[in-house]
Amino acid sequence: MSTPLLQVENLKKYFEVPAGYLHAVDDVSFSIECGETLGVVGESGCGKSTLGRVVLHLLDNTDGKIIFDGEDITKVSAAKQKELSGRMQIIFQDPFSSLDPRMTVYQTISEAMQIAGKLSRNEIKNRVFELMDIVGLARRFVNTYPHELDGGRRQRIGIARALSIRPDFIVCDEPVSALDVSIQAQILNLLIDIQAETGIAYIFITHDLSVVKHISNHIIVMYLGQVLEKVASEELFINPIHPYTKALLGAVPVPIVNYNKERILLKGEISSPVNPKPGCRFAPRCDFAKDQCFAEEPEFREILPDHLVKCHFAEQFVT
Amino acid sequence: MLNLTTTAPEAAETEVTEDIIVVKQRGMFRQILDRLVRNRSAMIGFVLLLIIVVLCLLAGVIAPDGYNAQDLSAKFEPPSLKHLCGTDNLGRDIFTRILYGGRISLFIGVVSTLFSAGVGIVIGLFAGFYGGRADNVAMRVLDIVMSIPAILLAITIAAALGTGVNSAIIAIGIASIPIFARLTRAPIIQLKNEEYIEAARAISASKLRIMFRHLLPNILSPLIVQITINVALSIMLAAGLSFLGLGVQPPNPEWGAIIVSAKVYIIDHSYMVTMPGIVMALTVIALNLFGDGLRDCLDPRLKI
Amino acid sequence: MSENILSVKNLTVKYKSREIGTCNAVNDVSFDVAKGETVGLVGETGAGKTTIALSIMRLLQSPPASIESGEILLDGEDILKMPDAHMRKIRGDKISMIFQDPMSALNPIDKVGDQISEMVKLHLNLNNAESAGKAAEMLEMVGIPAARFGDYPHQFSGGMKQRVVIAIALACRPELLLADEPTTALDVTIQAQVLNMMKNLKTELGTSMVLITHDLGVVAETCDRVAVVYAGEIVEIGTADVVFEKRSHPYTTGLFNSLPDITGGRKRLQPILGLMPDPTALPKGCKFSPRCRLCDESCTREPIALRLESGTHFVRCLKMKGI
Repeated sequence: MSTPLLQVENLKKYFEVPAGYLHAVDDVSFSIECGETLGVVGESGCGKSTLGRVVLHLLDNTDGKIIFDGEDITKVSAAKQKELSGRMQIIFQDPFSSLDPRMTVYQTISEAMQIAGKLSRNEIKNRVFELMDIVGLARRFVNTYPHELDGGRRQRIGIARALSIRPDFIVCDEPVSALDVSIQAQILNLLIDIQAETGIAYIFITHDLSVVKHISNHIIVMYLGQVLEKVASEELFINPIHPYTKALLGAVPVPIVNYNKERILLKGEISSPVNPKPGCRFAPRCDFAKDQCFAEEPEFREILPDHLVKCHFAEQFVT
Repeated sequence: MLNLTTTAPEAAETEVTEDIIVVKQRGMFRQILDRLVRNRSAMIGFVLLLIIVVLCLLAGVIAPDGYNAQDLSAKFEPPSLKHLCGTDNLGRDIFTRILYGGRISLFIGVVSTLFSAGVGIVIGLFAGFYGGRADNVAMRVLDIVMSIPAILLAITIAAALGTGVNSAIIAIGIASIPIFARLTRAPIIQLKNEEYIEAARAISASKLRIMFRHLLPNILSPLIVQITINVALSIMLAAGLSFLGLGVQPPNPEWGAIIVSAKVYIIDHSYMVTMPGIVMALTVIALNLFGDGLRDCLDPRLKI
Repeated sequence: MSENILSVKNLTVKYKSREIGTCNAVNDVSFDVAKGETVGLVGETGAGKTTIALSIMRLLQSPPASIESGEILLDGEDILKMPDAHMRKIRGDKISMIFQDPMSALNPIDKVGDQISEMVKLHLNLNNAESAGKAAEMLEMVGIPAARFGDYPHQFSGGMKQRVVIAIALACRPELLLADEPTTALDVTIQAQVLNMMKNLKTELGTSMVLITHDLGVVAETCDRVAVVYAGEIVEIGTADVVFEKRSHPYTTGLFNSLPDITGGRKRLQPILGLMPDPTALPKGCKFSPRCRLCDESCTREPIALRLESGTHFVRCLKMKGI
């Protein structure tokens, strides 16, 4: 096997808050190959957005390694870091706040190339038009401002901006959550097509399980900063093991009338990520929790081939 | 490296592509101008201001004799066609003095505002963007400056620096720095967490670029409004300083100086005070009208 | 057939402004809600769903909005013709509305218990002690311990706040509940809890409900009948199982084909082409025609009427099967 494009090892990100430390990302490890998509699912407050930003080094990590193309980006020189981070990009959730309202489409898409300073004025111009073609944005919008465009078109600008300096890897932070379903489908197809053509790798962060299933090769399920389950995409939906994953899958409303499915209604709500108690973080909401779950933290272990679960009793839940 | 050549299928389906497109860099400026022309209060303010400024600039043409030309045979003449604003105790034409004085007043107003805006905005940008201790120190110092009434502060500084146009500019300029710093800092703190700022960081934009290319343009409209209003304030402060005998000294015809030298005649020849007063008030109103109209026009999110 | 609690007839709402022109938000919308029934209004942003709900509540800001024509009969009485004072009495008493954002629907400086009891006091003429008791009872009913009566909204999570909002809405046992995207702001596991609770309460109290949502999954789980709204028109209406199975209107088909399938394998999504039409300049014929793959010249000539497809299933399309 080749070395992965991106390897994240024991990544931690704690925020200092008045009450102590907020464990936003706690001991997360994964790797991504070229051309692959890693789906990150979880509910609000599980640390998935923070994870994306730490991986891109937009936020400093508290501990752990982020190895991109063989080099730990948290340890290299500032110049090298700049070069590496140019190969990693991000697409945001909100197509309304992620674009500078004072910049035209042209200025937004071309900015990264101007900063990089490798292309001539004319080359940049050609590249902007090429990018607009790729993302399906008519060239006549080149001088418009973001507020004049609808959400779908704005998201296309965001994608063009991320693609402009030909990154190897893009963090997609809920890129379709703010869009209507028909527009959402257009953007998902676009992202898939771009990947098929360029071999770009994605981390796809979302709370929408059907979307993540559609686009990912592997999926990690996050809860309170930790990864509870990591497995190939299809397998997760056929054979979820962790009780939280099962509840999450069961909670998704399926657009089929009288659809029979196993539904576990979770009790309570997500607990505070500030100074979490020892033991399994999901234990307070878990129907199967035993004393051991509250006492010691479960190990993240391989239960089935390529199927990792963080649960003391994972074997019992294999069906 | 990666190479994107063909067009994604959706692209061809969703949007028609055209070939000849000109990239405009000045589109926004035009739009604002268009809106400004259609904004009534801005236009009234602008025209009024233009008249005042042009008259002041043409003072040498309109009154070639200069502001100190005396005609002792025509003292205390009330306003007439010959002397639009009357004459003073030395028979000098008050209208002429107002025109020449306008040059000084407007100069002090504009230069001191540019000085305070320049310094204040930079302090606010850095304090807001970096936050932390530097921000705390800068803001506490500015709080102290702000707690002293502007006119008192200007008097103190002017008294220390001595009289004259330059010291008036510095005194008035320093007094307005905190307003600009605060007006810059508050929205910066909010905006710096916006996703488009993160996006700029993701494409390796430098801190200076983020501050001046992304943050500043997005907070500019309240600042520009404040600048126009501050010019008016500075003109009044300058007049106040002259009135108190600091700032510009007679016989230089700064508006405040004209008023102060006329104050003893206010009972018998009140036009000597009211005429320069009216011109000053008109200037201030014009600047405020223009500033208000400008605020409405500067926001690209507003469509007409 | 059971009696209708609500019956909207030929409702047309326009927003008028000098700058933008006339915006046709709701065009000739008619639907009924039977006693105890849940009707889903499903459609995308800007389809006019919320405007319909606000018209029923008579909460539209006028100007710019104006109800051009139509009747909204609540228990046989036309809401649009009622005096304001009478309407205020009905609002909260007979009809209640739940808004999408629970954060902004609650007053941040009032205790949640007081917010519920205020509602009860206003409408049921109870004294302080009685209304407080009733409020505590409502909290328990939506699954919040009555001990939290004295807490402020910021002490609750998003899901809990939405429960409080629902408690306020149901406090006077309204006959009709309008729920505008009640679970959109919530996480899926919390959404499942809230939907489940709403379903149980509905059966318990016999409330009728109009559920506005963009989520076809939520409709499938909660609604008896569904109306698909596009560009201010109902393009398809019928019982949920029939509409979801037949998907007769091309827009309905398009919505389903745009959804990634969570139950089956992965196939390429088929998005609806183009964008929603500008409500100030709607197409003359079928509003969906510019985006429709089946459209031909006959579709663009004149407005299309709702046609009976089968039983209680109506579709606004000329290309519908069987014609």
